[in-house]
Amino acid sequence: MNIAVCLKQTFDTEAKISLNSSGKIDDANVTRCINPYDEYAVEAGLKLKEKFGGEVTIVSVGGEKTPESMRTALAMGADKGILIKDPVLEQADEWVVAEVLAKAISQIPYDIILSGRIAVDDQSAQVAIRVAEALGLPSVSTVLALEVEENKAVATREIDGGTEVIEVPLPAVFTAQKGLNEPRYPNMMGIMKAKNKELKVLSLNDLGFAEAPARKSGEAVYSLPGARKAGIKIQGEPADSVRELVRLLSEEAKVI
Amino acid sequence: MAKGIWIFIEHHDGLIRKVSLELLRQAKIIAEASGDPVTAVVLGKNISSVAETAGTYGADKVIIVDDEKLGDYTTGAYTSVLNKLARDEEPLAILLGNTAIGKDLAPRLAHRLGVGMASDCIGMEADEKDFLKFKRPIYGGKAFCELTLTEKPIVATIRPNTFPSGAPDAAWKAEIVKADAVINADDLRAIVKEVALAASLRPELIEADIIISGGRGMKGPENFVLLEECADSIGAAVGASRAAVDAGWREQKFQVGQTGKTVSPTLYIACGISGAIQHLAGMGSSKVIVAINKDPDANIFNLADYGIVGDLFEIVPLLTEELKKLR
Amino acid sequence: MNFDLTEDHVMMRKMVRDFAEAEVQPGAEERDEHEEFPAELWKKCGQLGLAGITFPEEYGGVGADYLSYGITIEELSRVDASLGVTVSAHSSLCANPIYLFGTEEQKKKYLIPLATGEKLGALGLTESMAGSDSKGTRTTAVREGDEYVINGSKLFITNGYYADTYVITAQMDKSKGTRGIAAFIIEKGMPGFTFGKKEKKMGIRSSSTYELVFENLRIPAENLLGQEGQGFKIAMVTLDYGRIGIASQALGIAQGAYEQALKYSKERVQFDKTLAEMEVIQFKLADMATEIEAARLLVYQACHMATNKRPVSKYAAMAKVYASEVANRVTTQAVQIFGGYGYTREYPVERMMRDAKITEIYEGTSEIQRIVIAANILKEV
Repeated sequence: MNIAVCLKQTFDTEAKISLNSSGKIDDANVTRCINPYDEYAVEAGLKLKEKFGGEVTIVSVGGEKTPESMRTALAMGADKGILIKDPVLEQADEWVVAEVLAKAISQIPYDIILSGRIAVDDQSAQVAIRVAEALGLPSVSTVLALEVEENKAVATREIDGGTEVIEVPLPAVFTAQKGLNEPRYPNMMGIMKAKNKELKVLSLNDLGFAEAPARKSGEAVYSLPGARKAGIKIQGEPADSVRELVRLLSEEAKVI
Repeated sequence: MAKGIWIFIEHHDGLIRKVSLELLRQAKIIAEASGDPVTAVVLGKNISSVAETAGTYGADKVIIVDDEKLGDYTTGAYTSVLNKLARDEEPLAILLGNTAIGKDLAPRLAHRLGVGMASDCIGMEADEKDFLKFKRPIYGGKAFCELTLTEKPIVATIRPNTFPSGAPDAAWKAEIVKADAVINADDLRAIVKEVALAASLRPELIEADIIISGGRGMKGPENFVLLEECADSIGAAVGASRAAVDAGWREQKFQVGQTGKTVSPTLYIACGISGAIQHLAGMGSSKVIVAINKDPDANIFNLADYGIVGDLFEIVPLLTEELKKLR
Repeated sequence: MNFDLTEDHVMMRKMVRDFAEAEVQPGAEERDEHEEFPAELWKKCGQLGLAGITFPEEYGGVGADYLSYGITIEELSRVDASLGVTVSAHSSLCANPIYLFGTEEQKKKYLIPLATGEKLGALGLTESMAGSDSKGTRTTAVREGDEYVINGSKLFITNGYYADTYVITAQMDKSKGTRGIAAFIIEKGMPGFTFGKKEKKMGIRSSSTYELVFENLRIPAENLLGQEGQGFKIAMVTLDYGRIGIASQALGIAQGAYEQALKYSKERVQFDKTLAEMEVIQFKLADMATEIEAARLLVYQACHMATNKRPVSKYAAMAKVYASEVANRVTTQAVQIFGGYGYTREYPVERMMRDAKITEIYEGTSEIQRIVIAANILKEV
């Protein structure tokens, strides 16, 4: 069973976010890591490989630093990586990234495509589902459990207020929700071996695009939230403080 | 009266979800200014009453697609039906709630229509050039991004509780139009085998007006009953921090934070939660935040509107009693 | 000269840090409180390849360099110095002498399970009358046919009781002084090998420290490590490398305490300002950061020497004496920054300060390190 995992490198979730002089998110001096949700996807892929054999290929759209995170996935046990790196992709929106990933994946053997349900940087949660659409595959999003048989998979997905069990023929796309598994750490042996695994870097031209797909979104304008100020600390005996709190909530804030 | 704004009406057991009503009201405000119509689009099985209700919330038109195959939500069938409708009618925008269904359906629909999409928006206003402009949190709420979409129809999901919902007007008459479901075999590849909804009388976390959450300071799973009692006294939902979920005290689905749910309630009460940045990412857009924590230096106090430094095991039961008196 | 870590080292640090923060840190306080040996965590360390980092793959190891090892011990000790020393003592003090001095058979039998983490190792060197002074070794070994008969006891043995494999030293010919000492590999469960008292310690309380007791312990002759009379040399070489582990441990403790103090300084408000806004605290933090950086350079240099099979004695001793003294200064200052809270067990700096002290004592006291350094530099001239 061959598995493709769409992996994005994101900022560490503890990273401080600031804007650079051109008003974009400043990406200098930030710690980067595998998008945490994509880690669940990598783990799910490795589990399937352990059960059925085959290869796990990491497919990413990214830049200079992206191989670091792809190597981590290789150290966890993935077999090879394909990085699509092209200056024009710096302007890519979800449509463009999905078209590019779909094209790359269409050129390798696959039975299952996995990705995280959302990336913690732009939080758009679109790309994996768009990849499914671009490849004409069924998709199940926000998956909490995944059972795979020969030609089909049964996935439990999170819905509002509960769960839903969906059966789908393969090949198919699944997006991982927290809870799907506990991603393994890459171990020391894996880290040592990772550098000898194949990591191809391809341009759009290499992939066979005559020209880059055009984005569908206008230019984004970034801003930082105004600091939320510390409010009132209510002092006094517990019973009095609580009474005062309820009064403030109903009379001042008018929320209850 | 073509074009205009479409609202995808999400419903369950014959009831329209609150976020759909919020979108109807906000779309109407924007559309009235630009002279565009608002259309509610209802898909499902035996849904004529849902369609009528949607009409009373101010839609100019309701498109109803009532079909056996639309009884359960499936990505394939819903995408095909909406894609066909949108290509026939050419709306300017299709808005969905950022719910489990909206999050699954909207990207698929957008890609089939060959357009961009704005996800999980917490702001939407008219835009002169591109019709609508959206504001959405990124990096766990540590930054915002405003964007427009250049191709039509615009597809966007809006976070529940972003806008107030309107009141029904029984006198308002919307034009109700039936459309056929055009569904092919490929659309039905994914089969819904089972739906398990947790039997909870409490509101859904992402839609709740009030959320009471517990963290590490709860000390154990057995103490969450204190929060549940308090929540039930005001119809609130009960959330948890990552620490409480990782400790196994609460289920993952109740986690608020960067790797959990993102919520925007009117009132968020954090009990025994230190206020790690990942937690703030999930609740920082709450309108009013209350913190109850025994550590006066807890970070949560830096953004709480109201704070009480004290033992939550003493404070929360007192709060429950006070809130009951309001009833 | 390149001060950047390689991609591998960056990845290793992140892996060990992620593991340490997610799985080691949460229970560290409780294990310290109850002197609870981290048996489960040790198992996980083995699965992650942390038990045999520097040993070749053919002996069950990872085949990585000493910097990988140093970074690992640093990162573990940053959240829990007890686990740091457990791994360090296993690796440096037991697996390493077998790797350096063992026969092919001994490596197959003992090194492989140690390097994979299946077995835990310890070194039995110190005795009540032989601390810094190995001449005082009173444990005896007598050759009888195909066996050695060992009698005596060893004190303060890290990983004692929990370890499966022990390298020990014993006197075979008192008249020869340190040249009469031999080293042996023994196994837990061998008749005549029991454990005496468990030490109740000031710090690194969840690491295990036991007395080893030998009463007519008979071991096969093939369990002699190296040659008869080579025991002291084996011990000294072992400690040279071992000091890299302890220096890394001290560095990790200092780093952990510094980060705690830095974070607290930014949060704690007194006189309407955060501590970090006060110059008096800023200066403390600046000194802590500078000293830690200096210690790190010494430790990584010692790792570099070991990896490249250059003489490590001087560099390891310098790294150990400096890093351990930095660890003590930094943890003391961290407690000071926390004030009254720092003195309580509410915050981890209290534990870190207690843990730091031992790094100036074991595997050669600071005084011994200075003797080693002096002997080396005087020889150079």
